Amino acid sequence: MSPELLFIQALNGLQFGVLLFLMAAGLTLVFGIMSFINLAHGSLYMFGAYFAAAAYQATGSFLVSVGAGFCGVFVLGALIDRCGFFVLHRRDHLDQVLATFGVVLFSNEVARMIWGASPIFMELPESMADSISLFGLSYPAYRILIIAVGLVVAVGLYLLIERTRIGMLIRAGASNRSMVAALGVNIGWLNTFIFALGAGLAGLAGAMVGPILSVQPGMGDPILITTLVVIVIGGIGSIRGAFLGALVVGVVDTLGRTVMPFVLRQSLDPETANTVGPALSSLAVYVLMAVILALKPDGLFPVKKR
Amino acid sequence: MNSMTHTHGGQTLLGMGKGRLRVAVTVVLTGLFLLVPVYAGVAGDSYSLILFGRVLVFALAAVGLNFALGYGGMVSLGHAMYLGLGAYTVAILSHHGVNSGVVHLLAVGAVTAVLAVPVGFIALRTQGIAFIMITLAFAQMLFFVFVGLKQYGGDEGLTIAELSGFGALTANKTALYLSMMVALGLALALLRRVVASRFGLVLRATRINERRVRAVGTSPLGYRLVGYVMSAELCAVAGYFLANLTAFASPAYMAWTVSGELIVMVLLGGTGTLVGPVVGAAVFLLLEEGLKALTDHWMAIMGPVIVLIVLFLKDGLWGLLGDGESGKGGH
Repeated sequence: MSPELLFIQALNGLQFGVLLFLMAAGLTLVFGIMSFINLAHGSLYMFGAYFAAAAYQATGSFLVSVGAGFCGVFVLGALIDRCGFFVLHRRDHLDQVLATFGVVLFSNEVARMIWGASPIFMELPESMADSISLFGLSYPAYRILIIAVGLVVAVGLYLLIERTRIGMLIRAGASNRSMVAALGVNIGWLNTFIFALGAGLAGLAGAMVGPILSVQPGMGDPILITTLVVIVIGGIGSIRGAFLGALVVGVVDTLGRTVMPFVLRQSLDPETANTVGPALSSLAVYVLMAVILALKPDGLFPVKKR
Repeated sequence: MNSMTHTHGGQTLLGMGKGRLRVAVTVVLTGLFLLVPVYAGVAGDSYSLILFGRVLVFALAAVGLNFALGYGGMVSLGHAMYLGLGAYTVAILSHHGVNSGVVHLLAVGAVTAVLAVPVGFIALRTQGIAFIMITLAFAQMLFFVFVGLKQYGGDEGLTIAELSGFGALTANKTALYLSMMVALGLALALLRRVVASRFGLVLRATRINERRVRAVGTSPLGYRLVGYVMSAELCAVAGYFLANLTAFASPAYMAWTVSGELIVMVLLGGTGTLVGPVVGAAVFLLLEEGLKALTDHWMAIMGPVIVLIVLFLKDGLWGLLGDGESGKGGH
């Protein structure tokens, strides 16, 4: 395997990691503040992709489609939090997991009823369809855009949480919510805002992958589970952990899928390599998770709860 | 205290045998299950045998999961992994020409222990929500391993040509059905004894207050690990039966949705009750069957039903019977 190919795969890993961060940021924020675990986060991602695909078909504008993905799911998130999920905030985690599991089944079926079971393909925007030259290697411009958007969101979230008044309330709410409520802050609306923001980011991730993946019912389930791995590795509730965890998982997963079969082919006879290769290549992330948890059960950046 | 564990006021810890209503329901259920092969034989309707066979398989798996979840407070969202592992053990052995039923069962037990001990050990280092996610992640890992094993069918699954051999009874559907009933009965009898034993007492105590268990000088990890592995073994045996029932092993058996459905069955029947999960599995699967007959989009109904179960049926169906026995419900 040439260094160029390795570099390209590392970039692909970075791009996947950035997408995972968009997913993990919302999930971990909501968990950190409301102690609410939402399996339907993957469904929000799916709806983001569908909203974007529908907007793209209607207008033909890529910007509008991404905007529709983010805003549509932001509004959807605010609605479901206000109309139902707030009931679950007070229930234990088992109830939250199961109730949102029911929502996942429901959402996948609703998507199938509205848009059909067959995948929808979204075109790449023309300006982004080309490859650009990067240190002498050509790399798809669209994937660079995804990386850029993810990094901008990461910086934006950092500024929002560390430098603004609402961020201060978020941090305060995470450490002692009843005290924040006692100081006259409407913690209910703050929660809804956080939930909607997390949902919007999941929608944004869905909208961004529309052109490179097929948009279909149930597309959110695999990425949901990888996202859960990310936030467990990073330390549940920690944005910093989510960012680092996402990048590590993205790179390890992509390299595991591409480099591992290559290494196996080098070290084993071709027949054995071809049989165990595909089975082992998806294992890298889970082995990483097992090792990290064996060493640090609370993840890389554990959040101290009072 | 661990916030995700359930406390049901303790009245259901050893639910069976206390209330007459529950005994009556147990007897009626057993009778109904026994009538299925008779009906299938008389009416020539072998589908009912497969449908209720599935109920028995998932009842056994749910009973197994409930041992970890209800008694041990370990909310595993990955127990379908062991169901699939049991099925694949049968399928792969049969694929390589090993057909003895006894060997199949022993192999299922051994393979499951080899997987469940390290998985349990790593997962039990975490608590609460992280435990839920880690068990889910491990199950997903095994799912992808079997999807990747192309020589065993990959994502299409593996058809089992030769079912587990037991002499003249091999591939006899009625014998299989009855052996599943016996297995379920044995599992319930065994768990009843285990739950009441010293081991069971400590396991239940770790669910209610881990800190106090430590304070009296007992380390919870060993108890939890043994409980987790026992629970996994029961699910794997259910997988052994599932493989023989369908003559098929598929990665779909260990999809994460199956793990979720198993928990719903436990919760629907009654967490931490002995017979509850059997009732839960039966009601869940029959409801699913009914909805499938009604509409293609049955998931759109099942999803909200699950939400309602979680929100309003806190003690499960078996818990409702508990009210009758204490006189509050006015049976």
